[in-house]
Amino acid sequence: MNTPPPSIGPKTATGTGTEAGSAAGPGSMSRRQLLRHTAWFGAAVVLTVAGGEVISHLGGAPAAAALIQDPHALRFVQISDSHLGFHGPANTDVTGSFSHAINQVNTLGFRPDFVMHTGDLTHLSTPAQFDQVRQMLGALRTGQVFTVPGEHDSVDDHGQKYRAMFGTGTHGDGWYSFDVKGVHVIALVNTLALEKLGHLGTDQLEFIRNDVAGLSSDTPVVVFSHIPLFAMYPAWGWGTDDATQALSYLRRFASVTCLNGHVHQLFTKTDGNVTFYSATTTAYPLPHPGQGPGPIPLTLPAGQLGTALGVRDITYQPGQHALAIRDRRLT
Amino acid sequence: MRQFRTKLVIPAIAATAGAVIVAGCGGPTTTAAAGAAGPAPVVTEQVMPGMSMPPAGITASGQDTPVATNAVSIQNFAFTPAIVTIKTGTTMTWTNRDQDSHTATAMSGPFHSPTLNTGQSYQYTFTTPGRFDYLCTIHPFMTATVVVTP
Repeated sequence: MNTPPPSIGPKTATGTGTEAGSAAGPGSMSRRQLLRHTAWFGAAVVLTVAGGEVISHLGGAPAAAALIQDPHALRFVQISDSHLGFHGPANTDVTGSFSHAINQVNTLGFRPDFVMHTGDLTHLSTPAQFDQVRQMLGALRTGQVFTVPGEHDSVDDHGQKYRAMFGTGTHGDGWYSFDVKGVHVIALVNTLALEKLGHLGTDQLEFIRNDVAGLSSDTPVVVFSHIPLFAMYPAWGWGTDDATQALSYLRRFASVTCLNGHVHQLFTKTDGNVTFYSATTTAYPLPHPGQGPGPIPLTLPAGQLGTALGVRDITYQPGQHALAIRDRRLT
Repeated sequence: MRQFRTKLVIPAIAATAGAVIVAGCGGPTTTAAAGAAGPAPVVTEQVMPGMSMPPAGITASGQDTPVATNAVSIQNFAFTPAIVTIKTGTTMTWTNRDQDSHTATAMSGPFHSPTLNTGQSYQYTFTTPGRFDYLCTIHPFMTATVVVTP
């Protein structure tokens, strides 16, 4: 509670991560927190991306423990699909669930350099819902909060209300990039075309091409979008029709990690140097691809909703060309 | 394909007892590649059954048959009928019968309903012939078509 509220939006992105990182070294970790870390590692599968190759560490891998204790490591959090304003049997209290997720981020035992919300902040893009989500994001204990919009954040205005609240310092329809602790981060908007699939468009593709043109090929690249940049299930719109073009600009990089929301469930795919990770939601689950008539909110048996919701943290340690990704259910 | 996916995805979410859920869903798959130097994708195409498949579920029998009506019901996250035919000058009415909110929004065309909550309707009068594909901006997988004849 003695840390300042996070800056929300990309306007002061560059350099903030370093500040935040120095403020949250392992020395500040209590013994209880350290024990809790040990418990996490004991149950986790840590996927480490090294040079485009995925290596999994089962159990309490020393390498994973080293990552978390390196003060130079980049540590950030992804949360997604909070759908504030949703009312339905799949989750009768999405506000409570989001609050729970925020609290879980705030008790990770370290202060993440930044938190990225990958869209569907609101359910229906109303001013009240945007106001509520912004206030709640302000409670995150982190250096900076970033967002990308979901299609639920541009229901009736092509994203105008979203950009008015979260778009300061962004380009075009809200896309941007920044560098933090040696990692290049690109945040994309693929939810504004009135099409079934996600779409980036020529302006944004050009932005990506120019954005990475001057980067060394050994720079780790992290790409955020709401809709997957891989074809997870096109029949339900779970893909982006011009993502191949975007990814062609990233082929020369040793390690590219694409983190998305939208599908409300964990999923991983590796394609050459690029690894895709779909995140789960803080609101309600959706069915697995092709199970049922469409991606309609799933109502789980009483008491099981928390098992489908979660938050994700990602660690990158310079020199190791490695990203460790952990997904935690809401507890 | 569906069995393979079920094996991977459901245990990853349902069977994890601790506070941590598996990163991605490919724990068992990725283990095989630990320490290996091969460049092959670790998570194989087998877990991506949707990649090259044509859209499924939308073309169930009968759903694509045009229906001559000026009323579309939005129910169970679908526009019914999915394809309607009307004559120029007809006023269409969409009514949301779902618990969740929806819109009826032309993909590249003239009409764009506001957010329709449960029980609310939207009307639009078509004054020119043509084929108008539309979707729900809140759930873009919901697609449908109005065919306006002269």
